[in-house]
Amino acid sequence: MIKLTVNGKTHEVDVDPDTPLLWVIREWVGLTGTKYGCGIAQCGACTVHIDGVATRSCSIPVSAVANNQITTIEGLAQSGTPHPVQKAWVALDVPQCGYCQSGMIMAVAALLKENPKPTDADIDAAITNICRCGTYQQVREAIHAAASA
Amino acid sequence: MNAMPKFNRRTFLVSSVAAGLSLGFHIPFSDEAHAQDATPEVNAWVVIKPDDTVVIRIARSEMGQGTRTGLAQLVAEELQCDWSKVTTEYPTPGQNVARNRVWQNFSTGGSRGIRESNEYVRKGGAAARMMLIQAAANDWNVPVAECRAENSVITHQPSGRSTTYGKVAEAASKLEAPKDVPLKAAKDWTIAGKPLKRLDTVAKTNGTQVYGLDIKLPGMLVASIKESPLLNGKVKSFDASKAEGRPGVRKVVQVGDNAVAVIGDTFYQTKTALADMPIEWDGGENVKVSSDTIAAMLKEGLGAEQAFVGNKAGDAKAALASATKRVEAVYSYPFQAHATMEPMNATALYTPERCEVWCPTQNGEAALAVCAEAAGLPVAKCDVYKQDLGGGFGRRGMSDYVRQAVTVAKQMPGTPIKLIWSREDDMTHDFYHPISQCKLSAGFDTAGNLTALHMRISSQSIMAYVFPQNLQNGMDPAVFQGLTPNSPEGHFGYSIPNLLIDHAMRNTAVRPGFWRGVNTNQNAIYVECFMDELAHATGQDPLAFRQKLLADHPKHLAVLNAVAERAGWGKPAPAGIYRGLAQFMGYGSYVAAVAEVSVNNGQLKVHRIVAATNSGHAVNPAQIERQVAGSFVYGLSAALYGECTVKDGRMQQENFDTYEVMRMDEMPKVETIVMPSNDFWGGVGEPTISVAAPAVLNAIFAATGKRIREIPLKNHDLKTA
Ligand code: FES
Ligand code: FES
Repeated sequence: MIKLTVNGKTHEVDVDPDTPLLWVIREWVGLTGTKYGCGIAQCGACTVHIDGVATRSCSIPVSAVANNQITTIEGLAQSGTPHPVQKAWVALDVPQCGYCQSGMIMAVAALLKENPKPTDADIDAAITNICRCGTYQQVREAIHAAASA
Repeated sequence: MNAMPKFNRRTFLVSSVAAGLSLGFHIPFSDEAHAQDATPEVNAWVVIKPDDTVVIRIARSEMGQGTRTGLAQLVAEELQCDWSKVTTEYPTPGQNVARNRVWQNFSTGGSRGIRESNEYVRKGGAAARMMLIQAAANDWNVPVAECRAENSVITHQPSGRSTTYGKVAEAASKLEAPKDVPLKAAKDWTIAGKPLKRLDTVAKTNGTQVYGLDIKLPGMLVASIKESPLLNGKVKSFDASKAEGRPGVRKVVQVGDNAVAVIGDTFYQTKTALADMPIEWDGGENVKVSSDTIAAMLKEGLGAEQAFVGNKAGDAKAALASATKRVEAVYSYPFQAHATMEPMNATALYTPERCEVWCPTQNGEAALAVCAEAAGLPVAKCDVYKQDLGGGFGRRGMSDYVRQAVTVAKQMPGTPIKLIWSREDDMTHDFYHPISQCKLSAGFDTAGNLTALHMRISSQSIMAYVFPQNLQNGMDPAVFQGLTPNSPEGHFGYSIPNLLIDHAMRNTAVRPGFWRGVNTNQNAIYVECFMDELAHATGQDPLAFRQKLLADHPKHLAVLNAVAERAGWGKPAPAGIYRGLAQFMGYGSYVAAVAEVSVNNGQLKVHRIVAATNSGHAVNPAQIERQVAGSFVYGLSAALYGECTVKDGRMQQENFDTYEVMRMDEMPKVETIVMPSNDFWGGVGEPTISVAAPAVLNAIFAATGKRIREIPLKNHDLKTA
């Protein structure tokens, strides 16, 4: 049994300790907002916060995070109020297919916590998630919008 | 046991509800549809609930391109409903079949969603409006001509009485559909043609959007699959005992003659069990296939006698022989993977009486046909529930993964099984952008006029693989996208007195498919980079050179002029920055782009893109801008990195570490000029991608003097000596 705290709720899962956190979140905890895109820490679709730090959950075994606070896209809003990044995403109509956007939003939320007014260069360095639909231009605008909200 | 604790009641309804097609219209699963209950439809396109909610039925698949919102705008425009009350739902392919294809074509590809269906969906909205007004007029016992509708409210003008759509919808649903249904002119639009926000954004920002990969059904298991890593290979043998008995593994099954699947509780369990299971493959002759053997075969086609003619004027060969000056070049384009963000997947539930599939698909009816075939059941006993796609780009027009899911599920009747491809499965079992080479020869007269052009394409045909029945006496007309004399789909804009564009078909063991932009991608590179070469070879400005040759094609010329003007062509660029341009026509639309790049120490940076598109009508200019910008990310990813190579009969790239794509730091701002001329209907999702690569390649030439004739750029050293 591995104990796991996701979005403030503790779960006990009877799972192979090597199972990537991503699949435990999706299949054992049942939260599917966190996406699978590559499984090798390349695309960022699986990004969650571990103790507030953006982390690619496909490449970290569940056993490594038993004592940490995990936040997924479902837990980003605070008591029903969307996070400023989510608000900016809606205001600027960022998503196309949307599949990469959970990871994108989680990565951006973590960036803004550390660096509330990122420059374009800061964004380029920090946000390396892949979006095949090519929403990068809207993502950049929305980051700036969220930063000045 | 399956570890999924969550249980969605609506999913439970699926089998029972969908089984009763004739009882009414129920779309299980769509978030927007569940409350619909028994409200009768006004017609196939429109349902209005007593609370005035407007449900618009969307036949095409939403994969990010915005077709849901655009099609809803067209229906709502004629319906004259309150846009803030609009929701949408997908009819199922099974319902379409059962209702004599009342929603017509479900296939979502070729940038056809809006241009092909605009008229009948608008008529659907207009007819519903007429019926709603009629119902109100009947109720009030007044002439219908005295009533009008606006914003979901119907008013009887003389008396000032009014009612809402929701109140008369039930009565309207019993009326006969009007026969004569006039449509508004585009200039009178108030909902269509406007840059409205998408209808489906919020769920994509909070994790609630359900993609195929997120489907949950009671008692569901998952399956991982290993399809032959050898091109068209077969399963020789496998040792199931190595997987059976492992935690979470339920069953090992062969899938057709070319794959093995492990069914189990969760993906990590099935995937690791499958990886540890020895499987032997028979690749036959194809194990000798490599990128080199394929390139040699294509090269032979460049000089072959026999070729299909796609465009011909005058006598190009004779004119070339007598030309004062000749220029020649050979270009090539590699295999490329779609790499949709969401890997292929499908969930199937088979019983001997019925088979259902939940999946992301661009072609719901094809998926239904494949489901029925694989299940061995009549179509009437099957259905497909389309999920929004985590990207399509042409890949999901194919139904191979649906066939696999049904074949797996058939081996465990009564248990829903979600087949999940890994990224590696996805990238090595794509239907790839076809490989192609092209030899171009041009001739000039003494005055420097371009008198002859011969373009010999040697390439793989998608049609020959996917729809062989559509070949015309062996010829694949789609190879000539953008190069034909007068196709409304995309014709060649340059007037050259002696012209020959022909194709030597050279099919390979790698299966080809439709890949966003399809054959316009390589055709635009060939034509537009070579035009650039010709301009430079004769000391002419690339813009002026093209303008002269495009004089007979004002729409081609207009988009080209628009980007040139916006980018400041002819005026000095900022220090160190160089420009390139390109124009093309595809999917019924006219597109052009200027790219501004710098190359320092061999390092390419794209600083700015100006892109123009004339798609005839612009149903949602804001979404068009996003499609254009997104096209450049997709197209420039292809130009910079996109290449799938073959060695010993295997595809070599398996994931994003070796098949790189553009990320944010590389993507410049795209300035989009949406310039509809309002006299035709063109596509949007694909046309602009074609000019992305040639505009950048031409700018690289301007910056470095290096002419890149083979993409991807990652294989080239851009350092200048
Ligand atoms: S799925 Fe984790 S980075 Fe791609
Ligand atoms: S929005 Fe589709 S992959 Fe990013």
